[in-house]
Amino acid sequence: MSNWIEIGRVSDIPRRGARCVNTPTGKIAIFRTAEDRIYAIENRCAHKGGPLSEGIVHGASVTCPLHNWVFDLESGQALGADEGQVKTFPVDVVDGRIFMAPDFMMEAAE
Amino acid sequence: MKQKLVVIGAGMASGRLLEHLFEDDPDAFDVTLFGAEPRGNYNRIMLSPVLAGEKTYEEIVTHDAAWYAGNGVHTRFGETITAIDRKSKVVLSRGGETPYDKLIIATGSAPFIIPIAGKELPGVMAFRDLDDVEAMVAAAGKPRAKAVVIGGGLLGLEAAAALRLRGMEVVVLHLMGHLMERQLDPAAGYLLQKELEGRGIKIHTKAQTKAILGHERVEAVALDDGTVYPADIVVMAVGIRPETRVATDAGLHVERGIVVSDQMVTSDPDILAVGECVEHERTVYGLVAPLYDMAKVAAKTLVKHDAAFRPVQTATQLKVTGVSLYSAGDFAEAEGREEIVLRDASSGVYKRLVLKDDKIVGAVLYGETGDGPWFFDMLRRGTDTRELRDTLIFGQAYQGGAQLDPMAAVAALPDEAEICGCNGVCKSKITSTITSKGLTTLDGVRAHTKASASCGTCTGLVEKLMVLTLGDSYNPAAIQPMCGCTDLGHDEVRRLIVAKELKSIPAVMQELEWKTSCGCAKCRPALNYYLVADWPGEYEDDGQSRFINERVHANIQKDGTYSVVPRMWGGMTNPRELRAIADVADKFHIPAVKVTGGQRIDLLGVKKEDLPGVWADLNAAGMVSGAAYAKGLRTVKTCVGSDWCRFGTQDSTGLGVRIEKFMWGAWTPAKVKMAVSGCPRNCAEATCKDVGVICVDSGYEIHFAGAAGLDIKGTEVLCHAKTEDEALEIIAALVQLYREQGRYLERIYKWAKRVGTDSIKANVVDDLEKRRHYFERFTYSQKFAQVDPWEERVNGKDAHEFEALAEFGMPVAAE
Repeated sequence: MSNWIEIGRVSDIPRRGARCVNTPTGKIAIFRTAEDRIYAIENRCAHKGGPLSEGIVHGASVTCPLHNWVFDLESGQALGADEGQVKTFPVDVVDGRIFMAPDFMMEAAE
Repeated sequence: MKQKLVVIGAGMASGRLLEHLFEDDPDAFDVTLFGAEPRGNYNRIMLSPVLAGEKTYEEIVTHDAAWYAGNGVHTRFGETITAIDRKSKVVLSRGGETPYDKLIIATGSAPFIIPIAGKELPGVMAFRDLDDVEAMVAAAGKPRAKAVVIGGGLLGLEAAAALRLRGMEVVVLHLMGHLMERQLDPAAGYLLQKELEGRGIKIHTKAQTKAILGHERVEAVALDDGTVYPADIVVMAVGIRPETRVATDAGLHVERGIVVSDQMVTSDPDILAVGECVEHERTVYGLVAPLYDMAKVAAKTLVKHDAAFRPVQTATQLKVTGVSLYSAGDFAEAEGREEIVLRDASSGVYKRLVLKDDKIVGAVLYGETGDGPWFFDMLRRGTDTRELRDTLIFGQAYQGGAQLDPMAAVAALPDEAEICGCNGVCKSKITSTITSKGLTTLDGVRAHTKASASCGTCTGLVEKLMVLTLGDSYNPAAIQPMCGCTDLGHDEVRRLIVAKELKSIPAVMQELEWKTSCGCAKCRPALNYYLVADWPGEYEDDGQSRFINERVHANIQKDGTYSVVPRMWGGMTNPRELRAIADVADKFHIPAVKVTGGQRIDLLGVKKEDLPGVWADLNAAGMVSGAAYAKGLRTVKTCVGSDWCRFGTQDSTGLGVRIEKFMWGAWTPAKVKMAVSGCPRNCAEATCKDVGVICVDSGYEIHFAGAAGLDIKGTEVLCHAKTEDEALEIIAALVQLYREQGRYLERIYKWAKRVGTDSIKANVVDDLEKRRHYFERFTYSQKFAQVDPWEERVNGKDAHEFEALAEFGMPVAAE
C-alpha cells in the first residue's frame, strides 16, 4: 500500500458522477456513487468506445452516454442483455483521499 | 507491593475499563485518575436528552465520587496532565509528579472547530460536555432566541431538536446534500429532513459557512451563497478529532489517533490507550460500543489475560424523541449486492436492506425501526436469509407460518379495512360496488367509490381487489411503467408530483414508493425534467440526473469530442459573429465546421477541456449557447420575408427572432424545433416542424405537430392569429401545455396524438382565459430558465466537468 499513488480527493468528484485520470496509455474513469463508494474503470465502453465517465451513475452502475449500455462498476461487466467487459482497477480510500496501485499507468489500455 | 496505574481521562471508556479491571482483579493496582472536567464520569451520549430537558444531569451520571472512593481510586478531577516523562515513568500536572508502572491514556476527543472568521466570538460553542449544555440552556431562556447549528450529523441534529424543544428558532447548516450522510442514504435523509422541518427547524443543505459575524458576541452566520442567518448562539457540531496532544508530546506513535495494537498497547509497552483518542488498524472510533470493547480488552491486558480488540459492526440510532431511525452496517451498493426496499409513503416508512450472498450486510430503517435489532442480529451472525427472502423486509412479525403472497394478504384483509385513506373507503364498499354496479375498470371503481381517485397511492390495492372480485376477467389497464424502478406510468408520476407537491427527486422516490434507492438512467432524467417544469424557481436542477449533453452544454460525438453550436437568432448572423467563429476554429484547432439544418453553424470535434475556452471567445462576440443538445427550444428557422422577398406578406424573420428571444432556454419534454415562413410558398419548411407559422396577408397561420425525422408528418393547423402578439401568446401557451402534459422524450406530434387535437385547441385557442393562464406560467418559468449556460461555466460553474482529476506522464521505471 505504501507505494500507491494518490490521484485526488473523494470531494473532487461529484456524487453520482465521475472524473478521469489521464495516463500515457489512456484514460481511467474514477466514479463516486451516491453513497461515496469509489470505483475505477477503463474509460472506454466495450461496445463502441464511449466515454463511460460521462454516463449517468445509478446505484453502483453507469449507463454509457453513446448507446445506453449499462456496466457494473465493481466487476466491469455489462448488465442486462448486453455482453461485454471493461477493465477495472483497484482503488483505496483513506481519509477522503483516493489511491491507486502504481501499475495502473501501464494497464490503462492494451 | 501493588503496581501503580495512572489513568488520564475520566470519560466513558476509562470508567468502563476500571469496572472491568476491578472485576478481573480488584487488588492488582493502586489507581490514580486524572480528569480535566471538574466532575465525575457521566454518560456523554445522553447529553442530548439533558439539553432537551428530558433528563437531568444526575440521571446520566455513571461513576460519581462515591463510586471511585469505594473502589479505592484516587481522583484528581479538574487537573490536566501537561506531560508524560516516559524515562522516569511519571506524569506531570499542577499537583507535581505522579509515578506510574502502567499508564492509560483515555483523553477522548475534542470537537472540531472550523477555522473561519468569528469562531472565537462569545456565543460560539461546541456540543461536547455539560458546560456546553449549560451555556445552551441559558441562551434558550431568552424569548425568541435564535440558534444556528453547523453540522447536520448525529450530534448536530440532536442539538437542533433539543434547542427547538426549548423554544429557540433553529437553523441547521449542513455541508452535504442530505442529512447524516454517513449513516443514511438520500431517501432516509429526505424523510428526516421533512420531519425536522415539520417541527419548525430550518434545514439548509449544501451550506458552505463563510464567517461568523458579530462585534461583542456572535450576531449572525454568513454563507458563501450570500445567505445570512441571525444567531444568538452558534453550535459547531461538524465532527471530532482525537485528543492526542499529550501522547504526541511524549513521542508515542500517533497518526490520526494514538496507534494501538490489538491489545490496546501503544508504541510504549507500559502505556495503553482506549477510547476516541485511539487509532486501531487505521480506524478511529466515535460510537460507544467499540469503545466499551476496547475498555474490556485493555483491562484484560493489564491483568495479563489474553484478549484482542476486533472491530465490530455498530448500529446508529438518533436520539430525537419521535424520530425513529436506525442504520447499521454498510448500505452502499456494489457488485454482488442486492437490495430490498420497502416504502410506505402514507405512513412515512422507508426500509432498505442490503444483502450479499443472501446475508444482510446493511440496513437503513426510517419511521418503523422495531425490526432494527432483529436485522442487526442477523447481520452480525451472518444468517443466511434465503428462506426468509420474500418476506424478510416485513420484519420478524411476518416470519413463521404461511408464506405471504400479496394477493393472499389483500384477500385476508377484513371487510372494514380502510383501503383509500383520502376518501375513507373500506374494502367491502369496493368489492360490493364492483359486484352491484357490474364495474370492470379502474375508472369505473374510482367514479363509483372514489377509492384511489385522489392521491392514487392505493391504486395497487384497489386493482388487487378488482382481481379478487372479478377473477381473470379483470385485466389491469396496461400502463407502461416509466422504468423498472416503479410501476407507475409517466402520467401518474406527473400528476402526483403536482398533487403531492413533490419538489425533489428523493421526495418523488419516497412518496411514490420507488423500488430502487437512486433510480436509473431512464427515470432520473425524466424526473429531473418534470420537477424543473413543474416547480420553476423552487426546484434545484440536478446535473447528475441529466444526460451528458445537457450537463456540459455541448453534443457528445462518437469519438468523445463535442460539437458546439452558438445561437443565431432566427438564422440571422453578421460579419462580427462569423469572424469570431472562424477565430475560435483556428485557435482551438477545431477540425470541422458545418452549416446545420437549423440555420446556424456547428463546430465539430472540440476537446472537452477546450469547451470553456471556446465558449468564452464566443460569449465575447455576443453569442450564447444554441442549446443544440437540449430537450428544449432548439431553433426558429425563418425565410427573409417582407424585408427582402417580393412574395413576403409579413416580417417572418422579425417574428422568428422575436419567438426565439422570448422562448430560448425553456426546457421541454423533447426537443422543439420551430419555423416561420413569410408566405405559403413556405421556404422555411414550417409545415414539418413541432410548431410552425405561415404568414399570410391577413395575419399568421399557426401550425403544430409536424415531424421530419423517424416519422414524417405534415403539421396540423391550430388556428389563425391576427397580430404578432397574439401569435406569440398562442405559441407560448401551446408549448407550456406541452411542457405540463408531455411525457419525457415524447415529441409534440406524439403528445398531440395521445391527448387529441381538440383538447389542445380547447386549452389554447377556444378558452382565452386558459390561454392567458398557460402563457403566464410560461413567462414566469422563463425568468429562471433564460441564463446562458456557457457564460455560467466560463465563470467557473462545474469546473470539475472539464478538468482531469489527475494527469500522469510516462512512468520512469516499471517495477
